[in-house]
This record gives sequence, structure tokens and C-alpha cells, in this order.
Amino acid sequence: MDLIAVAWPYWHQFFFIIFAATAVGFGFGVLLSKNVVRMAFYLVLSLGSTAGLFFLAGAEFVGAMQLMIYVGGTLVLLIFGVMLTAQKDFINMDTHTQDWILATIVGGSLLMVLLFAAFGADDWSTPQDINDAQVEATKEATPLGLALTGIRVDKLGDSGDAVDDGKSGYLMPFIIVSIHLLVVLIGAAYMARTKKLSHATDDKSSRAKLMLFKMEHESEQLEEETYVVTHRGKSALNPLDPQNEN
Amino acid sequence: MLLIGTVSVSWYLAVGAVLFVLGAVCMATKRNLLGVLMGVELVLNGANMNFIAFGSKVLRPEGSLGLDGQLIALFVIVLAAAEAAVALAIALNFYNNHNTVDVDRANELNG
Repeated sequence: MDLIAVAWPYWHQFFFIIFAATAVGFGFGVLLSKNVVRMAFYLVLSLGSTAGLFFLAGAEFVGAMQLMIYVGGTLVLLIFGVMLTAQKDFINMDTHTQDWILATIVGGSLLMVLLFAAFGADDWSTPQDINDAQVEATKEATPLGLALTGIRVDKLGDSGDAVDDGKSGYLMPFIIVSIHLLVVLIGAAYMARTKKLSHATDDKSSRAKLMLFKMEHESEQLEEETYVVTHRGKSALNPLDPQNEN
Repeated sequence: MLLIGTVSVSWYLAVGAVLFVLGAVCMATKRNLLGVLMGVELVLNGANMNFIAFGSKVLRPEGSLGLDGQLIALFVIVLAAAEAAVALAIALNFYNNHNTVDVDRANELNG
């Protein structure tokens, strides 16, 4: 693998074009597709290509986390949501034409502003001669983990007010994010739980609850019928058996 | 390859900008609640791309954000996971109560 990278100086550009084209292309797929299941699949591919760009920019740990947490966790959750709600009317949903026109105008102008800003600063658009000495793998997991505990091993040489006394560590945000995740997951589990059938108060929820009740009732009936069918030979006196009515 | 010469931070920023705009337009136009959520994910990734590009020592040998950019990107990923969990719970609740995932039907507070 090393030999290929050394022999061919344009590998960074090559992989950048591949990953950027797939990320942007499948992003367009998410936007333009009407089918929500296809949108989910395109999103998986787009975010996977984004992880490839992270690897290319030298952020190996974040790229791996993007693949594991984002593509492997968040998007699987989203796909479960798609599976739970993709009933026949909601798989394909058209966008109104006036929405498309307005969104294209606003999005296009926003894109113009952002691209102008991205290429505006000389410091950012200076091309870097990326040679192989710079790109050798750096072990970033340990500095990142230590920075989360408040120790910046990558800034040991620096001095100054901002770096002293552990001020540049990320212990506090780490704790806040941990508590936030705990609260969010408890809240999500509480909100998404299946509710018992209670007396309805308003029209729409009562209709939904009636539908739920009917569905449950139907499944109960189905269970009874299968019971009757499977036990017909054994229990001739089963009151549910329609043959006993004669 | 000769098309773009050597890669600079701006190219990564351009990809991030395109992803951001695609996500924003997706949020604005989709009628499916899950489609709106996918737009949010695209927006967060577009922002993350900027953090990674500015934190990259390969792309900016001097003046890069260093580890700070990657740390913020990690926080964004974690918060996106939390956001997806809560938003999905809300979406399922909405679906259970209204029998639809069309966001245009959520207009009961309309004055």
C-alpha cells in the first residue's frame, strides 16, 4: 500500500474527488428522491463518504466514530423510524411546486454566500503541497481521550493563560454531554413507550385510539381462531368452536 | 487530477457548504417527518466537515485548530445521536396520535 501512495502523487486529489462526489451526489439523492426508504439509503451512503473525507483530512478517529456512531447507530435508528411509519400513503410524498421554487431560490443564494466565503480567504484557499511525510498515521485516540479528561498532551509545549490550569481541556463539556445523553435517552424511552388505552378526550386522538383498539381486538380474534383451529380435535366442547353451535 | 491541482481547505469547506445547503433545503421542502430529520443530519455533517477541515494538520500545517476541531466534531456527533433519538420519539408519538407523518397536518396550533 505504501508503494502505491509513494508512486502516485495525486492520490489525495483522486480520493477527495471520489468521496466528495459521492457525498454530494447522494446528498442530492436524499433531496430529490420522493421515496423515504431510498432517501434513508442515500443518506447512509452520503454520510459514509463524509467519513471517507474525514479520513482523508487526517482525522482518523473522528472518521471511525462517524462510521460507528452516525452510520451504525443514528441512521439505523432513523431507518427503524422509517420502517415503523412507512405505510402505503407515506412512502412517496410529493413536495408542492411553490415550495420547490422558494427553496431553490433561498438555497441557491445561501450556497453562493457560503462558497464565496469558503474561497474568499487567502489563508484557506492556499493550496497545500501534501507530501507523504505529513500524512503518516498519527495516533490521535489517546490525545483526544486525554483532552476529554482535561489534559492537553498536544499543547504541552504551549504556555499562556488559555492553556494553564487545565482551562483548555474538555472535561466540563464531556460531563455535560454525558448527563445530556442520559436525560435524552430516558426522555426518549418515556415518550416513545406504548400507551394504554384510556378514555379519549379529543377527536383525532380518539380516532387513533379506536383504530389501535380495533387492531388489538382483531389480533385477539385471530389468536382465538388459530386456537380453535389447532385445538379442534382435542377439545370438542370448546365454546369458541363454531361447530358446537349446531 | 489536474482539474483541481492541489487540495486546500477551501475544497473541504465547499463540500461542507453544499451538504449544509442540501440539508437545509431538504428540511424546508420535505413533507415527510423522517425526511426533515434526514435534512438535519445532512446539515450537521456539513458543519462537521468544516470543523474537520479547520482542525486538519495535513491541510493547514500552521494555524490549524488541531485537536479542538476534532473534539468539537465528536461532540456534534454525540449530540446528533441524542437529537435523533428524541426527534424519532416525537415522530412516533405524532404518528400514533395523528395517523400520519405529513408535517403539514400538524397545524392544530394554527391561529
